[in-house]
Amino acid sequence: MADVNITVDGKKVTAPAGTLLIEACKSVGIEVPSFCYYPNLSLQGACRMCLVKVEKMPKLQTACTTVISEGMIAITNNDEVRQARKSMVELLLGNHPLDCPVCDAGGECELQDMTFSYGAAESKFMEAKNHKDEQQWSPVVYFDRPRCILCYRCVRVCGEAMDVWALGVQNRGVVSVIAPNKEDHLECEECGMCIDICPVGALTSGAYRYKTRPWEMNHVGTICTHCGDGCKTTLGVRRSDSGMQIVRGDNRDKSGINGDFLCIKGRYAFDFADDPQRVTTPLIRRDGQLAPSTWEEAFELIGKRFAEIRDKEGGRAIGVVGSNRTTNEENYLLSKFARVVLKTNSIDHRRTADFPAFAAAMVGKPHAAATMRDVFNAPAILVIGNNPTEQHPLLAWQIRNNVRLHRARLYVINSRPIKLRRQATSFTEIPQGTEGQAAAFLGGDDSAAEALGSGSREMWVGLRDKLRGEGKLIIIFDSAIRGKDISALVKFGSAVSGAKFVCLGDYSNSRGAADMGLYPDFLPGYRPIADASTFKDEWGDMPTAPGLNVSQMAEAAAAGTLKGFYVVGSNPVGGLGLDPFAFSNTFVVVQDMFLTETAQMADVVLPSANAYEKAGTFTNTCGDIQLVKKAGEVSDVKSDFEMIVRIADATGFEVRKLVPFGGRGTSADMGQSRGAQSGEADRHVVWLEAHGLEPKMSPFDPMAILDEIQRLVPGYDVSRMNLLAGNDQHTTTVGTGQGGVQDAKLIAPANDNLFTSGTLGRYSRALNSVIENRNPEPAEEVAAD
Amino acid sequence: MRFSDEFEGRFSEMLSHYPTKRSVLVPTLLYAQDEVGYLSDEVIAELATRLDLTELEVRNVISYYSMLTTKARGKYNVQVCTNISCMLRGAEEIFEHCKKRLGVGPHGTTPDNLFSLEEVECIGACSWAPAVQVNYDFHENLTVDKMDQLFDECKKEGTQLRNL
Ligand code: SF4
Ligand code: SF4
Ligand code: SF4
Ligand code: FES
Ligand code: FES
Repeated sequence: MADVNITVDGKKVTAPAGTLLIEACKSVGIEVPSFCYYPNLSLQGACRMCLVKVEKMPKLQTACTTVISEGMIAITNNDEVRQARKSMVELLLGNHPLDCPVCDAGGECELQDMTFSYGAAESKFMEAKNHKDEQQWSPVVYFDRPRCILCYRCVRVCGEAMDVWALGVQNRGVVSVIAPNKEDHLECEECGMCIDICPVGALTSGAYRYKTRPWEMNHVGTICTHCGDGCKTTLGVRRSDSGMQIVRGDNRDKSGINGDFLCIKGRYAFDFADDPQRVTTPLIRRDGQLAPSTWEEAFELIGKRFAEIRDKEGGRAIGVVGSNRTTNEENYLLSKFARVVLKTNSIDHRRTADFPAFAAAMVGKPHAAATMRDVFNAPAILVIGNNPTEQHPLLAWQIRNNVRLHRARLYVINSRPIKLRRQATSFTEIPQGTEGQAAAFLGGDDSAAEALGSGSREMWVGLRDKLRGEGKLIIIFDSAIRGKDISALVKFGSAVSGAKFVCLGDYSNSRGAADMGLYPDFLPGYRPIADASTFKDEWGDMPTAPGLNVSQMAEAAAAGTLKGFYVVGSNPVGGLGLDPFAFSNTFVVVQDMFLTETAQMADVVLPSANAYEKAGTFTNTCGDIQLVKKAGEVSDVKSDFEMIVRIADATGFEVRKLVPFGGRGTSADMGQSRGAQSGEADRHVVWLEAHGLEPKMSPFDPMAILDEIQRLVPGYDVSRMNLLAGNDQHTTTVGTGQGGVQDAKLIAPANDNLFTSGTLGRYSRALNSVIENRNPEPAEEVAAD
Repeated sequence: MRFSDEFEGRFSEMLSHYPTKRSVLVPTLLYAQDEVGYLSDEVIAELATRLDLTELEVRNVISYYSMLTTKARGKYNVQVCTNISCMLRGAEEIFEHCKKRLGVGPHGTTPDNLFSLEEVECIGACSWAPAVQVNYDFHENLTVDKMDQLFDECKKEGTQLRNL
């Protein structure tokens, strides 16, 4: 749009036509105070805090609703404006208690700041303030009515942005009040968006309220550990008896791919970390019972037994299961450890999407994988299968708000009337389980239309033509589409100009687990075992035949040929239904936070740190890689990284060959320490340590392995500086790697909903309280890793 | 739920007047209230479904307008204006009298469900103040005696109707 020139407080400002005055002011560093204005939500003009003088207009104008026009002259700071602000604050404080010292928002309240900056020291009001008691609307949401300044941000974010519409305004004028949808309580998605967006302490969360003060916490920006979308979350942490406790999560600084969005899991479900059932000491089975031991004893035992089995029976007698929730560095390390230390290719994980087939279909198309940010900006989106609102809340948020703010066209093909149909230009219902046929049909197999239910063939052909005509279409699908159906879909997409793809996996680092080669037949980067080339040069000797997958491992155990089983952060017994008795003669080692069904059958259990308690990187389902930082801490647990290294050491392996730390073998440049800023190394080390990232002086520093990943895994050569600065970077493994064909039957989607999250969800009070509140019957647990 | 044919006729007629469905909410609420007597939970649910709104949104609108009510009222809703013109010409005396005669306070309903009482702002009949609106009928230049007459008439009419 054409640019418009205006003058604000004597400064010349040029901004595109259609810009709001408040934004134009912001762009030149002039702050106009506001309450009800919130970027990307509809305009409200309710609080009158943003009044400014605009020349030739008789009265003061609200800068948040005034669109700039050529030659406009605005004054934001004369006596008249200042007086108006003062009066506005005075009105807002009419019923507001002003007891900041006891209010939950004290210290980070917008009203407190404004009163301090613009308010009058005294009020002319003589009336008694109206008081109402606080109400609990849900396990998550509390409402303290007198503090509410009726800015309607909560109402708008819940309705427009979340599409839940659970909050409303009742009555009129001075008796207006925010109301929940079920008279005295809420039935909603419990995302907490309304709480975070509330400028004052009127809406507070069950998880955080009255626990601490904002200035008493440290704030660590890291990545959510639940679904595969990779929201950035800022965790507030505070010292506790056993380390650092996480007391809250939010993303008010809008620093990640998710802006200020988080779903209930990212915002509140960090509490599994302090569940009393957490294992905090190594356990060794003695006389049939798991009994506490020292770390040394445990590592020695594991190292000895694994080395024995490997040397006597060969590496094939050991199976390894990795996790969807450990970091890339840990997954890579585990993949390497299995192959070079244990000499086995029998390594697997719970597969939640057909990433290898996706990679195979995308060979040579490194830029055809969409980022999570792309989903917010694409002009058209096709979603086949899945229910993003429940399974990929951030993805759903991106789609919904793209439709709302950019008028993107959304095409939904699904067997259920999923909620996203409300944003859809076209919603096509198909019979359950026919997502693959829909993909095949789009890919050109006309006969597949038969299976697609009642819709006529013409309708399907019409839809396909329409999609072909969409430029820059993003095609999104999940594990319902596998193998050749993926290649059909990619083939279809490649005929659409500028089309991109998203393959949805379920857990926080499912994509990373796949990219890092937790497969019996693939090395990192989907490189087939038979074609180990560069890995062989760097890693040294490793077995060349493909290993066993998880179910084959269970069969081998039952047949007595699997003698060792090493499970890192996964629960294949509970989640994949492996028979624990099959392993009665196998030496089983489990690293986990809890005594899961798998840990219960173990010979040694090692208590592990979760992703909020360590550093590394995660790759979300779109391939966006982000830095994971250490926020919480629980004494007596170790990161999976450290444990893998310690076990390697205990088997007598030379650790430096596993992790290229310190001295020779490091190609690391210690982050940003080179070039113009080269005297900064020392300061940088301090910075790294403060963020839980050891400066590669120790074998337990994941950054040393990240060096190797960046060197050896195609598509991971992203800017390290940006990564360390906390920015998302897009990997292109899918597209530059090799990919391959897999047994599609081995894919077991998580089927988590908004309030479940595998093992983590089972131990989250926040999630359980919501589930119990909804259906008094205990919900069926979804066990997973 | 079922409304009268008359209501349905008006409803579908109104729908054609606006570009968006939700715009017919306010008049529809009035018609429904006239028919049912008040806006019951059932009415709210029905209209929300018909207009693609949440029940909460319908309730928000109802709570905004004082003419709309979610509580059952008496057959005769006596709305006494006590705004400035009426007040100057004795409205408060009339309002006090109504309270005494009916034995209920503002927003109260008599036990025989015949009368409800409300104190309202200017009803636009200032020239003939003090004025009272009973349902949709205006009664003007009132005195305590005239008020009593009005009550008597209503009572007679109401009881007759009931005995039919
Ligand atoms: S928690 Fe989320 S869904 Fe629930 S009322 Fe608040 S914004 Fe709406
Ligand atoms: S509860 Fe908070 S966000 Fe909602 S209207 Fe009141 S002050 Fe604004
Ligand atoms: S959408 Fe996914 S990544 Fe984001 S907060 Fe929710 S669970 Fe975490
Ligand atoms: S910010 Fe402009 S009226 Fe509230
Ligand atoms: S003041 Fe009573 S009708 Fe106007």
